[in-house]
Amino acid sequence: MVELKELSEALFHGDVLKVKELTQMALREEVEPREILEQGLIKGMDVVGEKFKNNEIFLPEVLLASQAMYGGLELLQPTLVKSGVKARGKVIIGTVKGDLHDIGKNLVAMMLKGGGFEVVDLGIDVSPEKFLRATQEHKPDIVGISALLTTTMVGMAEVINTLKREGFRDRVKVMIGGAPVTQEFADEIGAEGYAPDAASAVDKARELINNT
Amino acid sequence: MLIIGEKINSSRKSIKEMVENKNTEFIRELARKQVECGAQMLDLNIGTIRKNEPENMQWLVRTVQEAVDVPLCIDSPNYEAIKAGLEVYNWDKGKALINSVTAERERLELILPLVKKYQCSVVALTMREEGISHDSKERFKIADELVKKLTDEGIFIEEIYIDPLTLPVSTNIQNANIVLETLKRVKDSYPQVKTIIGLSNISYGLPERRLLNQSFVVLAMVFGLDAVILDSTDKNLMALIKATDLLLGKDKFCKQYLKAFREGRL
Repeated sequence: MVELKELSEALFHGDVLKVKELTQMALREEVEPREILEQGLIKGMDVVGEKFKNNEIFLPEVLLASQAMYGGLELLQPTLVKSGVKARGKVIIGTVKGDLHDIGKNLVAMMLKGGGFEVVDLGIDVSPEKFLRATQEHKPDIVGISALLTTTMVGMAEVINTLKREGFRDRVKVMIGGAPVTQEFADEIGAEGYAPDAASAVDKARELINNT
Repeated sequence: MLIIGEKINSSRKSIKEMVENKNTEFIRELARKQVECGAQMLDLNIGTIRKNEPENMQWLVRTVQEAVDVPLCIDSPNYEAIKAGLEVYNWDKGKALINSVTAERERLELILPLVKKYQCSVVALTMREEGISHDSKERFKIADELVKKLTDEGIFIEEIYIDPLTLPVSTNIQNANIVLETLKRVKDSYPQVKTIIGLSNISYGLPERRLLNQSFVVLAMVFGLDAVILDSTDKNLMALIKATDLLLGKDKFCKQYLKAFREGRL
């Protein structure tokens, strides 16, 4: 019998091979795919996020754990689709126009995937129009916008205004983050969610989804 | 080696608060401390304070120049803030260093007239609109274009500081190598062009950051580094730079090293 606890621990330690092996075994033993996802992969990433937030583990370890998670998710995906297990929600995410910083954005995208969300990463230097088009195309629950510069973070308001103007504002929640971003700024531009770090971003996204 | 103190940077929370509250004495003390520890120039960066950057930059320039006699590095992605800072700059304290231009046309065209008007030095980042390349050949290509463009515009080659862009090794294990290779390419082609890095970014996301910063500065010096933005209050780091300068044959008769020894700085 595969212990899902073992799977989440292997993920925490960034052991890609073991994560794949245990996921494979669990699938063969016909463990519920949702169980594998939630009790194995997501649980592992939750620990990663928590420990990262508390400075007990470091960025490269998070990246390695994420690779392990992707390894497991890849094997699990077909079965998840077949058995109709839905993601917790869909998020599109990108760094705002004029801003090329991607470390924070990538980290949040990874943690959200690890948290059971479907994530569409729009990359860096994303214009309001591109956010709009992606919203039309992917119909996300959450639009995530990142910025590292004070000169570019004002562009977050433009994304929100564009969504408003085109009638998409009520269909999504907007989450923002990045070094200069504050809760105060989020309130000012009318973004529903702000989180100071990647692990809190997952909590915030879950909270926003649960409240809809 | 030109040592530029990094500490007046609003990405540190305490600094952000002190600038927002215009705490003159705190900023002056921080300026004095960095210079006492060996900084020959101070970097001013308030990029994480969204409101009133030009006005805040003017206040900072004035406040710092009232406390210390070293020149300043005006560090902002915001043209208005750089312009405002230079307007109140006291040129008796030495030439300012503008940080920075990139190969992004718009930014270059805005800032170039300031460099010319004030005849200051300028940092040129090896990046374009599309982002930062992970290939040192490409970063050198950008450096090459920037040097040509800037010297065509009449900027003296010695006034150009190429920044090969230091990204954290925690996100890509090749990030230090990319910087070192770019430094070498720049120095091989343009011995007169200066090179500069912001040191601390290399160790972002890892524990015991000072250790990595110290190792990296030595490596960068071997590959031709001329100026570095760093924490000059880190005594070990400063001693290491003195020792490395000596070993690289840049400290004639070991003068600076011995001076530092007598001052208890080693």
